[in-house]
Amino acid sequence: MVYREAGIYHTTYAQDARLFPLPADRLGIALLLGAAVVVAPLLGEYWLRGILIPFLVYGLAALGLNLVTGYAGLLSLGQAAFMAVGAYTAAILYGRYGVPVPLSLLAAGLMGALVGAAAGAPSLRIKGLYLAVATLCAQFLIVWTIQRVPWISGGVYATLNIPPVRLGPWVLDSPAEQYYLALVVVAGLTVFALNLVRTRVGRAWQAIREQDVSAAIVGVSLLRYKLLAFAASSFYAGVAGALVVFSWYGAANIEEFNLLNSIRILGMVVIGGMGSVLGSFLGAAFVTLLPIFVSVILHAVAKATGGAVTTDVVANLEHVLFGGLIILFLAVEPLGLAHLWKRLKDRLRLWPFPYY
Amino acid sequence: MGDGKFVLELLVSGLLVGVLYALVALGFVLIYKASDVFNFAQGAMTFVAALALVSLAPGLGWVGAVVVTVALMGLIAVGVERLVLRPLVGQPHLSLAVATLGLGFVLEGLAQLVWGTQPKRLDLGLPPQPFQVAGIFVGRADLLSAVVAAVLVLGLVWFFQRTKVGLALRAVADDHEAALAMGIRLKTVWSVVWALSGMVALVAGVVWGHRLGVHFAVSLVAFKALPVLIIGGIDSVPGAIVAGLLVGAGESLAEGLVGPYVGRGIQDVFAYLLALVFLLIRPHGLFGREIIERV
Repeated sequence: MVYREAGIYHTTYAQDARLFPLPADRLGIALLLGAAVVVAPLLGEYWLRGILIPFLVYGLAALGLNLVTGYAGLLSLGQAAFMAVGAYTAAILYGRYGVPVPLSLLAAGLMGALVGAAAGAPSLRIKGLYLAVATLCAQFLIVWTIQRVPWISGGVYATLNIPPVRLGPWVLDSPAEQYYLALVVVAGLTVFALNLVRTRVGRAWQAIREQDVSAAIVGVSLLRYKLLAFAASSFYAGVAGALVVFSWYGAANIEEFNLLNSIRILGMVVIGGMGSVLGSFLGAAFVTLLPIFVSVILHAVAKATGGAVTTDVVANLEHVLFGGLIILFLAVEPLGLAHLWKRLKDRLRLWPFPYY
Repeated sequence: MGDGKFVLELLVSGLLVGVLYALVALGFVLIYKASDVFNFAQGAMTFVAALALVSLAPGLGWVGAVVVTVALMGLIAVGVERLVLRPLVGQPHLSLAVATLGLGFVLEGLAQLVWGTQPKRLDLGLPPQPFQVAGIFVGRADLLSAVVAAVLVLGLVWFFQRTKVGLALRAVADDHEAALAMGIRLKTVWSVVWALSGMVALVAGVVWGHRLGVHFAVSLVAFKALPVLIIGGIDSVPGAIVAGLLVGAGESLAEGLVGPYVGRGIQDVFAYLLALVFLLIRPHGLFGREIIERV
């Protein structure tokens, strides 16, 4: 009753093929976008820099990983390294050569895609856990290379600072402006991904995920689509890495792109929902907010009981909850938060009636 | 530079580090053979075992601490079987592997909540001055760890070949369903094999902790055991040992001989480079069974 599907007729092909066929969905998306544009910047610097920008950046990276792991079924443990490729590409192009920001973002994505496709090349011969180890090797090799080559990393600490971000006549130096840059890029790439997964390419990936031999038999070129999955995934990672530089840190720092972060991004995909664009963002939001929740609750408990909370306890408890949630979701709800949301919608379709 | 003695010293110290890789990889192989699970939490188990031992030793004495730690690893094994493996039966292998990544986070977090995040020293009370064998210096602790590792491997071989439980483990490793049909309890076997792997983790943790101190970085060693696994063959006990020694010696030699020319730190990535080569040319590793589907 609340979420109606009945009585909506599509009379043209364009209507039938649109991204959100239901008016309720379109209204929801419009409200969400409105809130993201109008309300979010009013929340202040802490919210923008501490929560929303990291959420957007990691949401984009998780979306990329979801393309290769959730849609194509190829486990990758190197997403953070592909982000590093994008971050350093962007920092070098913009900071050193003054390439405009949009071009730097695009180049960061393409560079990420190139490296990602190379790292995914072993997927043509091996699969499953062997492939996971290959991407793990890529993670270590990429980070090592960036650290060791002074031309890329600019020295021992592997930190590249960039000048203030200029976009045409504007200088993006307030948190709200940086947030808008991230929002525009992420929104655009999300729409692209939503469409991508329902085209021939997306269908081919899902066919490979379900049964690669059958997919090959019905004419899906495994070579082409597996490489494409890695390239697309690391394109998103590369752009996300560039956004870390432009919108968040104002610098490329190798510490941000270690194996732990690759696993965190994988955790976002698992918790949010494999094979779901929405799930990538739900998972990113959940994992970004988790430490804040833990910290707030612990401090409240400590206040009530008169104890003290150290940052160590918060970090460790967050570790335990993060790991526990991964296991819980795999066991109880393998399709993640996105599936919970879908079940809620199913419920709302009939509610408050038992059936139509 | 480049003379025979220098090379030999690099080789020996590399081999001794290789013993550690082999020990961690051994824990992986045990679990993989019996339950087809790629246990990313092996490093966390190593860390937990070492941390428990170091933290308990001042209160309980070494013997007491070892007993309690062994019991703890057994408890973890049973808990893992109940709470992680059993609910995930029938899920794809990748889900199980990702679940062990989560398990690693849980174990590390819990251990550090209980015993704190401060790095701890693990002192076995050995004199620090090294032996000198044929002009080459060998640390006492390193030598001891090599001996312990050898004893452990022999013990495991005996256990697998000569005991009834070992026979059951080999049967399960060979064919789950046939083993079930013979009346072997899969659930018990899984608990046993995780507990065994916990023991291996304890030994590895003690040896490693003695070299570097016990702190978070111990669990990162596990990620170096992954390339070792690929090189040796994911389901081969001898493979894990040979590849561990190979990687240890190889990276030490690479660092000492090639390192000065390409910049230091090549030992951090040597194992991964070698593993990539193996993945492309010989994915089943040196001794692994060739059952990889080529798709």
